[in-house]
Amino acid sequence: MSAVLQYTVQGLAAGSFYALAALGLAVIFGVLGVVNFAHGAFYMLGAVAAAVLLDTLGLSLWGALIVVPLLMLVFGMLVERLLVQWLLPLDPLYNLLLTFGLTLLLVDLVKRRYGVSGLPYERPSALSGRVEVGGVGLPVYQLFVIGVALLVCLGVWLLMTRTRVGMIVRAATERPELAGALGINVGRWVTPVFGFGVALAGLAGVLAAPFRAITAEMGSDFIIILFAVVVIGGLGSIVGAVVGGFLVGLVEAFGQAYAPTFAQVLIFVLMAVVVLARPAGLFGREEATA
Amino acid sequence: MLEIENLSAWYGEAQALREATLSVGAGEVVTLVGRNGAGKTTLVRCLMGLHRHLTGSVWLDGRDITSLPAHRRARAGLGWVQDDRGIFANLSVEENLLLPPRVSESAWTLEQVYDAFPALGIRRRAGGTTLSGGEQQMLAVARVLRTGARVLLLDEPSEGLAPVIVAQIGEIVRTAKQSGIGVLLIEQNVRFAATVADRHYLLAQGRLVESLDNDEFVERQDELLEHLGI
Repeated sequence: MSAVLQYTVQGLAAGSFYALAALGLAVIFGVLGVVNFAHGAFYMLGAVAAAVLLDTLGLSLWGALIVVPLLMLVFGMLVERLLVQWLLPLDPLYNLLLTFGLTLLLVDLVKRRYGVSGLPYERPSALSGRVEVGGVGLPVYQLFVIGVALLVCLGVWLLMTRTRVGMIVRAATERPELAGALGINVGRWVTPVFGFGVALAGLAGVLAAPFRAITAEMGSDFIIILFAVVVIGGLGSIVGAVVGGFLVGLVEAFGQAYAPTFAQVLIFVLMAVVVLARPAGLFGREEATA
Repeated sequence: MLEIENLSAWYGEAQALREATLSVGAGEVVTLVGRNGAGKTTLVRCLMGLHRHLTGSVWLDGRDITSLPAHRRARAGLGWVQDDRGIFANLSVEENLLLPPRVSESAWTLEQVYDAFPALGIRRRAGGTTLSGGEQQMLAVARVLRTGARVLLLDEPSEGLAPVIVAQIGEIVRTAKQSGIGVLLIEQNVRFAATVADRHYLLAQGRLVESLDNDEFVERQDELLEHLGI
């Protein structure tokens, strides 16, 4: 029983990274139609930025949780303005290739500057150690990660459902052309939405910094799992990204515990089952036959 | 109000519209009748700025809007009701109404909309596409009326709807007309068209072949039906 609780918390913590990053991937895909391959690299940059800021400026994790996503927001908006926007009128494949190339570039730049061995990150003492829950010692940091992820997901959900911006994003996600023909300047939202999605990947990276090895390559496996998450949840679905993220985290944790050799495979088995049963994903909408 | 001059449009090499010239005045209901593939939808897409491979020009209230992007045409006063109604599934009924920005002083308030369409008021929190087909059509029309659009482009609003709903839509069109709104109605339902319109254009193979007032139209209804192959 205690083991189950431990693996659940561990799975939800891992799922938190997936959920946050997948949320960013989903809004970007929804509004721009871009499958952002560089999302794993943005996640890595978030973690690296947190480590570098701690090392050079002594910026704590608390500060990094605010500062790094803001930096990533600006960085994402720059990437969209300088690169992504030029390929938007073309086949989506071009932006997939562009962001794939960007990934290689970012990874190599980080390797060149910070090496391959990984950067150290000491978690704040308040978040170290374990807390006793029902006779089981659970890592405080994992609970913290889950809490932050749930708060941010709730915040994004409120933003999407309770504000005019959210309404416009939902409409533009569903039918961009129609939203435009109803007087919405969809193009105006493209850059901030891309930046916002990148900021979420950066936030996931900051949260991962004290928890995972911070290397230039840390985003490479991450992005593959992330694609599985959005396929399971439903491409472009906000709720699907979050549920898919936590679900994949749980599958991974229990897989590693009970069938370590199959842990990674299990995620893709889950993906295959979902796609067979519901081709559009758990929360995806079937394309209307027009 | 809305003037279209020598509008031609292409899909690749294929020409879908051939030098169409037509106009819709304030408070005037004009229909565009033609069989499937005649170029009706292409014409509307050109008007909304969604189809760009074209020559000719489009004027709204004396202003050349031919090169404006779609959202600025909507803001200039063109209100488009799509043939599939274009209701957002991810938005509630009320959000569907509130999404497009107000474009003129004659914009309806939500209260006016709910007075005119009680069913929408009752189901304002429901998902847009959970409404029945007829209610969705009401919502689509109400949505453009709420913006205060000066010219409505209604693409087959009566398609697939029960006669009682079609009659209601006719009522709305007449109300809009009385308030000075111009209406371009794309229709295959010739009988419905005859009940609401002032003038009619017949479109065949991308060409406007005839322009008739409503009396002539009614008189020649059977002949036209045959000609159009409807």
